Amino acid sequence: MPSILSISGVSKTYATGFTALKEVNLDIQRGEIFALLGPNGAGKTTLISIVCGIVNRSSGTVTVDGHDINKDYRAARGLIGLVPQELTIDAFESVWATVNYSRGLFGKPANPGFVEKVLRDLSLWDKKDAKAITLSGGMKRRLMIAKALSHEPRILFLDEPTAGVDVELRQDMWAMVRRLREDGVTIILTTHYIEEAEAMADRVGVINRGEIILVENKAELMRKLGRKRLVLELRNPLTAIPEALSRYALELSPDGGQLTYTYDNQAERPGVASLMRDLEAGGIQFRDIDTQNSSLEEIFVNLVRREP
Amino acid sequence: MNLRAVWAIYRMEMARAFRTVLQSIVSPVISTSLYFVVFGSAIGSRITEIDGISYGAFIVPGLIMLSLLTQSISNASFAIYFPKFVGSIYELLSAPVSYLEIVIAYVGGAATKSILLGLIILATASLFVPLTILHPFWMLAFLVLTAVTFSLFGFIIGIWAKSFEQLQLVPLLIITPLTFLGGSFYSINMLPEIWRTVTLFNPVVYLISGFRWSFYGKSDVSVGISLGMTIVFLLICIAIVAWIFRTGYRLRN
Repeated sequence: MPSILSISGVSKTYATGFTALKEVNLDIQRGEIFALLGPNGAGKTTLISIVCGIVNRSSGTVTVDGHDINKDYRAARGLIGLVPQELTIDAFESVWATVNYSRGLFGKPANPGFVEKVLRDLSLWDKKDAKAITLSGGMKRRLMIAKALSHEPRILFLDEPTAGVDVELRQDMWAMVRRLREDGVTIILTTHYIEEAEAMADRVGVINRGEIILVENKAELMRKLGRKRLVLELRNPLTAIPEALSRYALELSPDGGQLTYTYDNQAERPGVASLMRDLEAGGIQFRDIDTQNSSLEEIFVNLVRREP
Repeated sequence: MNLRAVWAIYRMEMARAFRTVLQSIVSPVISTSLYFVVFGSAIGSRITEIDGISYGAFIVPGLIMLSLLTQSISNASFAIYFPKFVGSIYELLSAPVSYLEIVIAYVGGAATKSILLGLIILATASLFVPLTILHPFWMLAFLVLTAVTFSLFGFIIGIWAKSFEQLQLVPLLIITPLTFLGGSFYSINMLPEIWRTVTLFNPVVYLISGFRWSFYGKSDVSVGISLGMTIVFLLICIAIVAWIFRTGYRLRN
């Protein structure tokens, strides 16, 4: 699939001397949902800001649908909608005025019907005459999204879209993101909520200390880096892990009734069969057995910790 | 050219002025009326005339200039500083808008507001003193040139300022004193020779003098020099704005 956004060798060093990005290379495919994960200060927002034209890069090139973000900035920026992390709205403008302003700013002719549809989709139509300052936090977040969608972008950046929003709004936003993707919009989201990436993303990128340390198809990533847990409910609680089982990565629950074995499911010899044999040989019986995949969050934490 | 964006910004700025009509229009009109009461009637009654012009009429161009300068700066500086302060500037920077379009929209909005204000003050003044405008074209030309130049200056201040205190610093500590000392309320020919020479270093003198000439055909310095100085200041402001946008100074860094 051809990429709609291509980031090549992008670095950013701020005037303070802080290097926020180091030679970042990234290609985003048309129509995908891409989740960019990273701890605070990893460079997620700087990267988005560079692509959107808010921050100048120190080096490298960025093209949006083939348009260089500097030489052909009008075409490049016209394709992008941005929902920033902070709720930054002109508080004294009405919802209707501020969304129409955004549309005009991107050079689109007035289209009250389209703006109405955007506001209705985001449950903001009833508030169209309300001033932004009177809206709740969740409503303000929806308004930011409405502004970003007002000029019908083909790429939507969502920078921490669900930070501080309630469960219902989060579910609504996820549904909206899926609808947009069905309409062919490419979505790039940064998030702290790993479950958000896990639930929605097609591909996942991990950025840490200004470097992209991994880009992978989400399912593939979970398959490759995922670890599995085998949980055994013991028939008779143990006081300690027997010496004969010391070569396995086992954990005993505080009450001694549950034994957990964590293993790499990609390993040639995961050790499950031999563990079973050794348990039987040691006379340790269990009444139930369960296996669990590690979550994307655990994968992410492991990746970031692994970095020097 | 993204004319829709220029119009969107301009319309938003004008809407802000009408939303805050008390602060934007009514308050300067009241303060100008007070100047007339204090300087025109109370003090002016003891000064017969200057250069053959009644004192009340003499101070009108200076008063208009005083408001024009301060309002142009304050309108433009606030217009660009406020989005910086609340963070909504991200939208402007990420939009397909050129630097020229941003400047035309913001400076155009600020200049329009201050020109409207100047005309309102002129209308208010005509209620207090009989006015003659000998050169209406040049009066409008000075009004527009000054409004645009000082709106550009305000735009620069708005980008430079990192706090509301800095935003007020230049208008309060530099522009207001220069305007008061620039011949708003007196002719610089009334000053002793040494102070007259010092005053000639004040750029506002040339603005007020030229503007007053357009009303009464009398000026402290030649009209050509007044016009030249205004255009020089305009070009300096344009050069600084161009540099700001080229480097991203305090906007994209």
